[in-house]
Amino acid sequence: MEKAKVKVDHTNPVISIRGLEKSFEDYAVLRGIDLDLYQGENLVVLGRSGTGKSVLIKIISGLLRPDKGEITVLGKNIAHITDRELQELRIRIGFSFQNSALYDSMTVRKNLEFPLVRNRKGITRKEIDTNVETVLDAVGLSQTINQMPSELSGGQRKRIGIARTLILNPEIMLYDEPTAGLDPITCIEINDLINEVQQRFNTSSIIITHDLTCAKQTGDRIAMLLEGQFQRTGTFDEVFDTNDSRVKPFFDYNFIK
Amino acid sequence: MDTAENTTVAIRKKNSKLKQSVLDFFVSLYNINQFILRFFKEAFVPPFELKEVMRQCYEVGVRSFTLISVTGFIVGLIFTKQSRPSLSQFGAESWLPSLVSIAIMRALAPLVTALIASGKVGSSIGAELGSMRVTEQIDAMEVSGTKPFKYLVCTRVLATTITIPILATYTGFVGLVGGYLNVSMNEGTSWTAFMEQVFEPLAFTDFVASLVKSIVFGFTIGIVGCYQGYNSNKGTEGVGKAANGAVVTAMFLVFIEEIIIVQMTGWFR
Repeated sequence: MEKAKVKVDHTNPVISIRGLEKSFEDYAVLRGIDLDLYQGENLVVLGRSGTGKSVLIKIISGLLRPDKGEITVLGKNIAHITDRELQELRIRIGFSFQNSALYDSMTVRKNLEFPLVRNRKGITRKEIDTNVETVLDAVGLSQTINQMPSELSGGQRKRIGIARTLILNPEIMLYDEPTAGLDPITCIEINDLINEVQQRFNTSSIIITHDLTCAKQTGDRIAMLLEGQFQRTGTFDEVFDTNDSRVKPFFDYNFIK
Repeated sequence: MDTAENTTVAIRKKNSKLKQSVLDFFVSLYNINQFILRFFKEAFVPPFELKEVMRQCYEVGVRSFTLISVTGFIVGLIFTKQSRPSLSQFGAESWLPSLVSIAIMRALAPLVTALIASGKVGSSIGAELGSMRVTEQIDAMEVSGTKPFKYLVCTRVLATTITIPILATYTGFVGLVGGYLNVSMNEGTSWTAFMEQVFEPLAFTDFVASLVKSIVFGFTIGIVGCYQGYNSNKGTEGVGKAANGAVVTAMFLVFIEEIIIVQMTGWFR
Protein backbone atom coordinates (compact mmCIF):
# COMPACT_ATOMS: atom_id res chain seq x y z
CA MET A 1 0.00 0.00 0.00
CA GLU A 2 1.31 3.49 -0.93
CA LYS A 3 2.22 5.63 2.09
CA ALA A 4 -0.26 8.45 2.57
CA LYS A 5 1.02 12.03 2.98
CA VAL A 6 1.45 12.88 6.63
CA LYS A 7 1.69 16.38 8.08
CA VAL A 8 4.98 16.71 9.94
CA ASP A 9 5.47 19.65 12.30
CA HIS A 10 9.12 20.60 11.68
CA THR A 11 9.08 23.21 14.43
CA ASN A 12 8.33 20.73 17.16
CA PRO A 13 10.93 18.01 17.79
CA VAL A 14 9.62 15.35 20.16
CA ILE A 15 13.08 13.83 20.47
CA SER A 16 16.23 15.89 20.31
CA ILE A 17 19.68 14.33 20.64
CA ARG A 18 22.99 16.19 20.72
CA GLY A 19 26.49 14.69 20.89
CA LEU A 20 25.38 11.23 22.03
CA GLU A 21 28.23 8.83 22.71
CA LYS A 22 28.09 5.25 23.94
CA SER A 23 30.84 2.65 24.28
CA PHE A 24 30.87 -0.98 25.36
CA GLU A 25 34.20 -1.66 27.06
CA ASP A 26 36.71 -0.33 24.51
CA TYR A 27 34.38 -0.30 21.52
CA ALA A 28 32.77 3.07 20.73
CA VAL A 29 29.39 2.26 19.19
CA LEU A 30 27.87 5.73 18.99
CA ARG A 31 30.37 8.53 18.41
CA GLY A 32 28.56 11.82 18.57
CA ILE A 33 24.99 11.39 17.35
CA ASP A 34 22.83 14.44 16.61
CA LEU A 35 19.18 13.76 15.82
CA ASP A 36 15.76 15.41 15.82
CA LEU A 37 12.49 13.52 15.48
CA TYR A 38 9.60 15.82 14.64
CA GLN A 39 5.95 15.58 15.64
CA GLY A 40 4.10 13.19 13.34
CA GLU A 41 7.20 11.96 11.52
CA ASN A 42 8.39 8.44 10.74
CA LEU A 43 12.19 8.47 10.89
CA VAL A 44 13.97 5.36 9.68
CA VAL A 45 17.43 4.65 11.07
CA LEU A 46 19.30 2.45 8.61
CA GLY A 47 22.58 0.74 9.17
CA ARG A 48 24.41 -2.55 9.15
CA SER A 49 24.16 -4.99 12.05
CA GLY A 50 26.22 -3.95 15.06
CA THR A 51 26.31 -0.24 14.21
CA GLY A 52 24.38 0.73 17.33
CA LYS A 53 20.88 1.27 15.93
CA SER A 54 19.17 -0.66 18.71
CA VAL A 55 21.50 0.91 21.28
CA LEU A 56 20.21 4.31 20.15
CA ILE A 57 16.55 3.53 20.86
CA LYS A 58 17.40 1.72 24.08
CA ILE A 59 19.10 4.92 25.26
CA ILE A 60 16.04 6.97 24.21
CA SER A 61 13.76 4.70 26.24
CA GLY A 62 16.10 4.77 29.25
CA LEU A 63 17.07 1.09 29.06
CA LEU A 64 20.72 2.06 28.57
CA ARG A 65 22.60 5.04 29.93
CA PRO A 66 24.57 7.24 27.53
CA ASP A 67 28.25 7.97 28.21
CA LYS A 68 27.91 11.53 26.95
CA GLY A 69 25.36 13.78 25.27
CA GLU A 70 22.01 15.48 25.76
CA ILE A 71 18.83 13.51 25.05
CA THR A 72 15.55 15.38 25.31
CA VAL A 73 12.40 13.30 24.94
CA LEU A 74 9.02 15.07 25.00
CA GLY A 75 10.68 18.04 26.69
CA LYS A 76 12.49 16.04 29.37
CA ASN A 77 16.24 15.56 29.50
CA ILE A 78 16.46 11.88 30.32
CA ALA A 79 19.89 12.20 31.93
CA HIS A 80 18.46 14.44 34.64
CA ILE A 81 15.10 12.92 35.52
CA THR A 82 14.12 10.85 38.53
CA ASP A 83 13.08 7.20 38.28
CA ARG A 84 9.47 8.23 38.76
CA GLU A 85 9.66 10.80 35.95
CA LEU A 86 11.33 8.21 33.71
CA GLN A 87 8.52 5.78 34.44
CA GLU A 88 5.92 8.44 33.56
CA LEU A 89 7.82 9.31 30.39
CA ARG A 90 8.00 5.66 29.34
CA ILE A 91 4.21 5.44 29.31
CA ARG A 92 4.28 8.04 26.53
CA ILE A 93 6.77 5.98 24.50
CA GLY A 94 5.89 2.69 22.83
CA PHE A 95 8.72 0.22 22.24
CA SER A 96 8.22 -2.63 19.79
CA PHE A 97 10.94 -5.22 20.32
CA GLN A 98 12.73 -7.14 17.60
CA ASN A 99 11.48 -10.49 18.94
CA SER A 100 8.18 -9.01 20.13
CA ALA A 101 9.04 -9.81 23.78
CA LEU A 102 5.52 -11.02 24.53
CA TYR A 103 5.09 -12.38 28.07
CA ASP A 104 4.98 -16.05 27.24
CA SER A 105 3.21 -17.12 30.42
CA MET A 106 0.22 -14.87 29.65
CA THR A 107 -2.49 -15.01 27.00
CA VAL A 108 -2.75 -12.24 24.38
CA ARG A 109 -5.45 -10.58 26.49
CA LYS A 110 -3.28 -10.63 29.64
CA ASN A 111 -0.31 -9.32 27.64
CA LEU A 112 -2.37 -6.34 26.56
CA GLU A 113 -3.96 -5.78 29.96
CA PHE A 114 -0.68 -5.93 31.86
CA PRO A 115 0.63 -2.39 31.11
CA LEU A 116 -2.87 -0.92 31.15
CA VAL A 117 -3.87 -2.17 34.60
CA ARG A 118 -0.57 -1.06 36.10
CA ASN A 119 -0.53 2.41 34.59
CA ARG A 120 -4.17 3.49 34.66
CA LYS A 121 -5.28 3.50 38.26
CA GLY A 122 -8.99 3.01 38.81
CA ILE A 123 -9.66 1.74 35.29
CA THR A 124 -12.85 -0.34 35.11
CA ARG A 125 -13.18 -3.84 33.65
CA LYS A 126 -15.33 -2.44 30.86
CA GLU A 127 -12.71 0.16 29.93
CA ILE A 128 -9.98 -2.48 29.95
CA ASP A 129 -12.01 -4.71 27.60
CA THR A 130 -12.79 -1.79 25.27
CA ASN A 131 -9.10 -0.77 25.09
CA VAL A 132 -7.99 -4.35 24.45
CA GLU A 133 -10.58 -4.80 21.69
CA THR A 134 -9.64 -1.46 20.08
CA VAL A 135 -5.93 -2.21 19.78
CA LEU A 136 -6.51 -5.79 18.72
CA ASP A 137 -8.85 -4.51 16.04
CA ALA A 138 -6.21 -1.95 14.96
CA VAL A 139 -3.68 -4.73 14.35
CA GLY A 140 -6.34 -7.03 12.84
CA LEU A 141 -5.96 -9.87 15.33
CA SER A 142 -9.17 -9.83 17.40
CA GLN A 143 -9.52 -13.59 17.01
CA THR A 144 -6.27 -14.30 18.90
CA ILE A 145 -7.40 -12.74 22.18
CA ASN A 146 -7.35 -15.96 24.19
CA GLN A 147 -4.32 -17.55 22.53
CA MET A 148 -0.89 -17.97 24.10
CA PRO A 149 2.09 -16.28 22.40
CA SER A 150 3.53 -19.70 21.54
CA GLU A 151 0.47 -20.36 19.36
CA LEU A 152 1.05 -17.27 17.21
CA SER A 153 3.09 -16.90 14.02
CA GLY A 154 6.05 -14.50 13.79
CA GLY A 155 3.99 -11.83 12.05
CA GLN A 156 1.15 -12.18 14.56
CA ARG A 157 3.59 -11.85 17.46
CA LYS A 158 4.95 -8.63 15.95
CA ARG A 159 1.43 -7.27 15.61
CA ILE A 160 0.48 -8.17 19.17
CA GLY A 161 3.77 -6.59 20.34
CA ILE A 162 2.75 -3.38 18.56
CA ALA A 163 -0.79 -3.63 19.98
CA ARG A 164 0.65 -3.92 23.49
CA THR A 165 2.54 -0.67 23.06
CA LEU A 166 -0.48 1.07 21.49
CA ILE A 167 -2.74 0.30 24.43
CA LEU A 168 -1.16 3.12 26.44
CA ASN A 169 -1.70 5.63 23.58
CA PRO A 170 1.98 6.51 23.16
CA GLU A 171 3.08 9.73 21.49
CA ILE A 172 6.32 8.18 20.26
CA MET A 173 6.80 4.70 18.81
CA LEU A 174 10.20 3.00 18.68
CA TYR A 175 10.32 -0.01 16.36
CA ASP A 176 13.35 -2.29 16.65
CA GLU A 177 13.75 -4.26 13.40
CA PRO A 178 9.98 -4.63 12.82
CA THR A 179 10.36 -6.82 9.74
CA ALA A 180 13.32 -8.97 10.83
CA GLY A 181 12.76 -12.67 10.25
CA LEU A 182 9.45 -12.27 8.42
CA ASP A 183 8.47 -13.35 4.92
CA PRO A 184 8.13 -10.57 2.27
CA ILE A 185 4.31 -10.52 2.33
CA THR A 186 4.18 -10.25 6.13
CA CYS A 187 6.89 -7.56 5.93
CA ILE A 188 4.63 -5.48 3.70
CA GLU A 189 1.72 -6.02 6.09
CA ILE A 190 3.85 -4.84 9.01
CA ASN A 191 5.02 -1.80 7.00
CA ASP A 192 1.38 -0.94 6.29
CA LEU A 193 0.57 -1.34 9.96
CA ILE A 194 3.39 1.05 10.92
CA ASN A 195 1.95 3.66 8.52
CA GLU A 196 -1.56 3.04 9.82
CA VAL A 197 -0.39 3.51 13.40
CA GLN A 198 1.25 6.80 12.41
CA GLN A 199 -1.97 8.11 10.88
CA ARG A 200 -4.56 6.65 13.23
CA PHE A 201 -2.76 7.25 16.52
CA ASN A 202 -0.84 10.37 15.39
CA THR A 203 2.49 9.00 16.61
CA SER A 204 6.04 10.05 15.82
CA SER A 205 8.24 7.02 15.22
CA ILE A 206 11.81 5.87 14.96
CA ILE A 207 12.07 2.69 12.92
CA ILE A 208 15.30 0.75 13.22
CA THR A 209 15.91 -1.52 10.26
CA HIS A 210 18.31 -2.72 7.61
CA ASP A 211 15.42 -3.63 5.32
CA LEU A 212 15.26 -1.06 2.50
CA THR A 213 11.70 -2.00 1.54
CA CYS A 214 10.61 -1.19 5.06
CA ALA A 215 12.64 2.05 4.97
CA LYS A 216 11.12 3.15 1.68
CA GLN A 217 7.54 2.23 2.59
CA THR A 218 7.46 3.67 6.10
CA GLY A 219 10.04 6.44 6.32
CA ASP A 220 9.30 10.13 5.87
CA ARG A 221 13.00 10.64 6.46
CA ILE A 222 15.96 8.26 6.48
CA ALA A 223 19.09 8.56 8.63
CA MET A 224 22.03 6.34 7.68
CA LEU A 225 24.14 5.26 10.64
CA LEU A 226 27.72 4.53 9.67
CA GLU A 227 30.79 4.28 11.89
CA GLY A 228 28.88 5.53 14.93
CA GLN A 229 27.50 8.68 13.30
CA PHE A 230 24.68 9.70 10.98
CA GLN A 231 26.49 10.12 7.67
CA ARG A 232 23.52 10.80 5.44
CA THR A 233 20.04 12.10 6.28
CA GLY A 234 17.13 12.95 4.01
CA THR A 235 14.42 11.30 1.95
CA PHE A 236 15.03 7.79 0.66
CA ASP A 237 16.11 9.06 -2.76
CA GLU A 238 18.36 11.74 -1.29
CA VAL A 239 20.17 9.27 0.94
CA PHE A 240 20.85 6.77 -1.84
CA ASP A 241 21.63 9.26 -4.60
CA THR A 242 25.33 8.98 -3.91
CA ASN A 243 28.50 7.25 -4.97
CA ASP A 244 29.65 6.87 -1.36
CA SER A 245 31.23 3.41 -1.27
CA ARG A 246 29.89 2.86 2.27
CA VAL A 247 26.28 3.56 1.24
CA LYS A 248 26.02 2.24 -2.31
CA PRO A 249 26.52 -1.48 -1.55
CA PHE A 250 23.74 -1.24 1.00
CA PHE A 251 21.38 -0.19 -1.77
CA ASP A 252 22.78 -2.49 -4.45
CA TYR A 253 22.41 -5.62 -2.35
CA ASN A 254 18.73 -4.96 -1.77
CA PHE A 255 16.33 -5.70 -4.58
CA ILE A 256 14.55 -2.40 -4.92
CA LYS A 257 15.80 0.30 -7.24
CA MET B 1 61.95 -14.89 25.39
CA ASP B 2 63.97 -16.94 27.89
CA THR B 3 62.41 -19.16 30.54
CA ALA B 4 62.75 -16.62 33.40
CA GLU B 5 61.00 -14.02 31.34
CA ASN B 6 58.30 -16.53 30.41
CA THR B 7 57.79 -17.34 34.07
CA THR B 8 57.55 -13.65 34.99
CA VAL B 9 54.94 -13.08 32.30
CA ALA B 10 53.03 -16.15 33.47
CA ILE B 11 53.14 -14.98 37.11
CA ARG B 12 52.02 -11.49 36.12
CA LYS B 13 49.17 -12.97 34.10
CA LYS B 14 48.21 -15.22 37.00
CA ASN B 15 48.40 -12.27 39.41
CA SER B 16 46.22 -10.11 37.21
CA LYS B 17 43.77 -13.01 36.84
CA LEU B 18 43.75 -13.47 40.60
CA LYS B 19 43.26 -9.72 41.10
CA GLN B 20 40.42 -9.80 38.61
CA SER B 21 38.79 -12.75 40.37
CA VAL B 22 39.06 -11.03 43.76
CA LEU B 23 37.68 -7.84 42.24
CA ASP B 24 34.84 -9.77 40.56
CA PHE B 25 33.98 -11.42 43.87
CA PHE B 26 33.65 -8.07 45.66
CA VAL B 27 31.72 -6.56 42.76
CA SER B 28 29.20 -9.41 42.82
CA LEU B 29 28.98 -9.15 46.63
CA TYR B 30 28.18 -5.44 46.24
CA ASN B 31 25.63 -6.20 43.51
CA ILE B 32 23.87 -8.83 45.63
CA ASN B 33 23.70 -6.36 48.54
CA GLN B 34 22.19 -3.75 46.25
CA PHE B 35 19.70 -6.34 44.99
CA ILE B 36 18.65 -7.25 48.54
CA LEU B 37 18.36 -3.57 49.52
CA ARG B 38 16.22 -2.94 46.45
CA PHE B 39 13.95 -5.81 47.48
CA PHE B 40 13.36 -4.25 50.92
CA LYS B 41 12.85 -0.82 49.34
CA GLU B 42 10.23 -2.04 46.86
CA ALA B 43 8.51 -5.03 48.46
CA PHE B 44 6.74 -3.17 51.24
CA VAL B 45 5.69 -0.08 49.33
CA PRO B 46 2.28 0.01 47.57
CA PRO B 47 0.95 -1.01 45.12
CA PHE B 48 1.23 -4.58 46.36
CA GLU B 49 1.08 -7.41 43.84
CA LEU B 50 -0.90 -9.63 46.23
CA LYS B 51 -2.52 -11.70 43.50
CA GLU B 52 0.87 -12.51 41.99
CA VAL B 53 2.33 -13.30 45.44
CA MET B 54 -0.52 -15.77 46.02
CA ARG B 55 0.01 -17.30 42.58
CA GLN B 56 3.72 -17.71 43.27
CA CYS B 57 3.02 -19.22 46.72
CA TYR B 58 0.80 -21.77 45.01
CA GLU B 59 3.50 -22.45 42.38
CA VAL B 60 6.22 -22.92 45.01
CA GLY B 61 4.01 -25.16 47.14
CA VAL B 62 2.71 -27.30 44.31
CA ARG B 63 6.11 -27.63 42.65
CA SER B 64 7.71 -29.07 45.78
CA PHE B 65 4.78 -30.80 47.50
CA THR B 66 5.13 -34.35 46.13
CA LEU B 67 8.90 -34.48 46.41
CA ILE B 68 8.84 -33.05 49.92
CA SER B 69 6.15 -35.51 51.01
CA VAL B 70 8.13 -38.49 49.78
CA THR B 71 11.53 -37.24 50.96
CA GLY B 72 10.26 -36.13 54.38
CA PHE B 73 8.61 -39.49 54.98
CA ILE B 74 11.68 -41.46 53.89
CA VAL B 75 14.04 -39.29 55.96
CA GLY B 76 11.92 -39.92 59.08
CA LEU B 77 11.67 -43.64 58.39
CA ILE B 78 15.36 -44.17 57.58
CA PHE B 79 16.60 -41.97 60.41
CA THR B 80 14.56 -43.98 62.92
CA LYS B 81 15.66 -47.28 61.40
CA GLN B 82 19.36 -46.32 61.42
CA SER B 83 19.25 -44.94 64.98
CA ARG B 84 17.62 -48.03 66.44
CA PRO B 85 20.73 -50.31 66.65
CA SER B 86 22.78 -47.68 68.50
CA LEU B 87 20.02 -47.09 71.05
CA SER B 88 19.38 -50.85 71.34
CA GLN B 89 22.94 -51.35 72.62
CA PHE B 90 21.97 -49.34 75.70
CA GLY B 91 18.44 -50.71 75.85
CA ALA B 92 17.14 -47.24 75.09
CA GLU B 93 14.74 -47.90 72.17
CA SER B 94 12.05 -46.06 74.08
CA TRP B 95 13.99 -42.86 73.48
CA LEU B 96 13.61 -43.22 69.73
CA PRO B 97 10.57 -40.91 69.38
CA SER B 98 12.36 -38.18 71.33
CA LEU B 99 15.52 -38.59 69.29
CA VAL B 100 13.58 -38.53 66.03
CA SER B 101 11.60 -35.46 67.04
CA ILE B 102 14.71 -33.51 68.08
CA ALA B 103 16.54 -34.41 64.88
CA ILE B 104 13.60 -33.72 62.59
CA MET B 105 12.19 -30.60 64.20
CA ARG B 106 15.48 -28.93 65.00
CA ALA B 107 17.50 -29.73 61.90
CA LEU B 108 16.24 -32.14 59.27
CA ALA B 109 12.85 -30.68 58.37
CA PRO B 110 14.03 -27.13 57.56
CA LEU B 111 17.24 -28.36 55.95
CA VAL B 112 15.69 -31.08 53.76
CA THR B 113 12.91 -28.70 52.68
CA ALA B 114 15.42 -25.97 51.85
CA LEU B 115 17.63 -28.31 49.83
CA ILE B 116 14.71 -29.68 47.84
CA ALA B 117 13.30 -26.21 47.28
CA SER B 118 16.73 -24.98 46.15
CA GLY B 119 16.69 -27.62 43.45
CA LYS B 120 13.05 -27.40 42.43
CA VAL B 121 12.08 -23.81 43.09
CA GLY B 122 15.43 -22.00 42.93
CA SER B 123 16.38 -23.46 39.57
CA SER B 124 12.93 -22.81 38.18
CA ILE B 125 12.97 -19.15 39.28
CA GLY B 126 16.50 -18.72 37.88
CA ALA B 127 15.58 -20.27 34.54
CA GLU B 128 12.25 -18.45 34.24
CA LEU B 129 13.63 -14.99 34.96
CA GLY B 130 16.78 -15.74 32.95
CA SER B 131 14.72 -16.64 29.92
CA MET B 132 12.57 -13.53 30.41
CA ARG B 133 15.75 -11.45 30.52
CA VAL B 134 17.28 -12.86 27.34
CA THR B 135 14.00 -12.64 25.40
CA GLU B 136 13.70 -8.98 26.48
CA GLN B 137 10.43 -9.57 28.37
CA ILE B 138 11.86 -7.80 31.42
CA ASP B 139 12.92 -4.85 29.24
CA ALA B 140 9.42 -4.82 27.74
CA MET B 141 7.92 -4.51 31.22
CA GLU B 142 10.35 -1.73 32.06
CA VAL B 143 9.63 0.36 28.95
CA SER B 144 5.88 0.00 29.42
CA GLY B 145 6.13 1.88 32.72
CA THR B 146 5.56 -1.15 34.93
CA LYS B 147 8.01 -2.21 37.61
CA PRO B 148 9.44 -5.61 36.67
CA PHE B 149 11.49 -5.85 39.85
CA LYS B 150 8.40 -5.50 42.00
CA TYR B 151 6.29 -7.80 39.86
CA LEU B 152 8.86 -10.51 39.22
CA VAL B 153 11.40 -10.39 42.06
CA CYS B 154 9.50 -9.12 45.11
CA THR B 155 6.59 -11.48 44.52
CA ARG B 156 8.79 -14.55 44.13
CA VAL B 157 11.00 -13.76 47.13
CA LEU B 158 7.94 -13.12 49.31
CA ALA B 159 6.40 -16.36 48.06
CA THR B 160 9.42 -18.50 48.95
CA THR B 161 9.79 -16.72 52.30
CA ILE B 162 6.16 -17.46 53.17
CA THR B 163 5.82 -20.92 51.65
CA ILE B 164 9.04 -22.64 52.68
CA PRO B 165 8.34 -22.39 56.45
CA ILE B 166 4.91 -23.94 55.77
CA LEU B 167 6.52 -26.69 53.71
CA ALA B 168 9.16 -27.24 56.40
CA THR B 169 6.43 -27.71 59.02
CA TYR B 170 4.75 -30.19 56.71
CA THR B 171 8.08 -31.99 56.13
CA GLY B 172 8.46 -32.26 59.91
CA PHE B 173 5.02 -33.82 60.18
CA VAL B 174 5.53 -36.41 57.41
CA GLY B 175 9.00 -37.13 58.81
CA LEU B 176 7.42 -37.92 62.17
CA VAL B 177 4.86 -40.13 60.42
CA GLY B 178 7.77 -42.01 58.81
CA GLY B 179 9.43 -42.35 62.22
CA TYR B 180 6.16 -43.48 63.80
CA LEU B 181 5.72 -46.19 61.16
CA ASN B 182 9.05 -47.71 62.10
CA VAL B 183 8.49 -47.41 65.86
CA SER B 184 4.97 -48.77 65.66
CA MET B 185 6.05 -51.74 63.53
CA ASN B 186 8.80 -52.66 66.00
CA GLU B 187 7.40 -51.68 69.39
CA GLY B 188 3.69 -51.46 68.61
CA THR B 189 3.58 -47.94 70.10
CA SER B 190 0.30 -46.06 69.63
CA TRP B 191 0.15 -42.74 67.76
CA THR B 192 -0.87 -40.88 70.94
CA ALA B 193 1.98 -42.33 72.98
CA PHE B 194 4.43 -41.63 70.16
CA MET B 195 3.33 -38.00 69.87
CA GLU B 196 3.54 -37.50 73.64
CA GLN B 197 7.17 -38.61 73.51
CA VAL B 198 7.79 -36.50 70.43
CA PHE B 199 6.77 -33.25 72.12
CA GLU B 200 8.34 -34.01 75.49
CA PRO B 201 11.95 -33.01 74.68
CA LEU B 202 11.04 -30.06 72.48
CA ALA B 203 11.14 -26.54 73.89
CA PHE B 204 9.52 -23.39 72.53
CA THR B 205 12.98 -22.26 71.36
CA ASP B 206 13.16 -25.28 69.06
CA PHE B 207 9.99 -24.29 67.23
CA VAL B 208 11.03 -20.65 66.99
CA ALA B 209 14.53 -21.54 65.78
CA SER B 210 13.13 -23.93 63.21
CA LEU B 211 10.68 -21.32 61.97
CA VAL B 212 13.32 -18.59 61.79
CA LYS B 213 15.64 -20.96 59.97
CA SER B 214 12.98 -21.81 57.38
CA ILE B 215 12.17 -18.14 56.83
CA VAL B 216 15.87 -17.36 56.28
CA PHE B 217 16.22 -20.35 53.94
CA GLY B 218 13.10 -19.33 52.00
CA PHE B 219 14.33 -15.79 51.60
CA THR B 220 17.76 -17.03 50.50
CA ILE B 221 16.36 -19.42 47.88
CA GLY B 222 14.08 -16.73 46.46
CA ILE B 223 16.62 -13.94 46.40
CA VAL B 224 19.42 -16.10 44.94
CA GLY B 225 17.16 -17.52 42.21
CA CYS B 226 15.86 -14.07 41.32
CA TYR B 227 19.32 -12.48 41.39
CA GLN B 228 20.75 -15.12 39.07
CA GLY B 229 17.82 -14.98 36.65
CA TYR B 230 17.26 -11.22 36.69
CA ASN B 231 20.92 -10.54 35.94
CA SER B 232 21.50 -13.32 33.44
CA ASN B 233 22.87 -12.57 29.99
CA LYS B 234 24.59 -14.21 27.03
CA GLY B 235 21.51 -15.86 25.50
CA THR B 236 20.42 -19.39 26.21
CA GLU B 237 23.78 -20.23 27.80
CA GLY B 238 23.02 -17.52 30.36
CA VAL B 239 19.68 -19.16 31.20
CA GLY B 240 21.40 -22.47 31.98
CA LYS B 241 24.01 -20.70 34.07
CA ALA B 242 21.33 -18.78 35.94
CA ALA B 243 19.45 -21.98 36.81
CA ASN B 244 22.61 -23.77 37.82
CA GLY B 245 23.95 -20.79 39.77
CA ALA B 246 20.65 -20.48 41.62
CA VAL B 247 20.82 -24.08 42.87
CA VAL B 248 24.52 -24.21 43.75
CA THR B 249 24.65 -20.82 45.48
CA ALA B 250 21.39 -21.33 47.37
CA MET B 251 22.47 -24.78 48.64
CA PHE B 252 25.85 -23.45 49.73
CA LEU B 253 24.28 -20.49 51.54
CA VAL B 254 21.67 -22.73 53.19
CA PHE B 255 24.44 -24.80 54.82
CA ILE B 256 26.32 -21.68 55.95
CA GLU B 257 23.11 -20.24 57.43
CA GLU B 258 22.35 -23.57 59.13
CA ILE B 259 25.69 -23.44 60.95
CA ILE B 260 25.23 -19.81 61.99
CA ILE B 261 21.65 -20.25 63.20
CA VAL B 262 22.49 -23.43 65.12
CA GLN B 263 25.28 -21.55 66.89
CA MET B 264 22.99 -18.61 67.65
CA THR B 265 20.20 -20.87 68.92
CA GLY B 266 22.71 -22.45 71.31
CA TRP B 267 23.09 -19.09 73.07
CA PHE B 268 19.35 -18.98 73.88
CA ARG B 269 19.10 -22.55 75.07
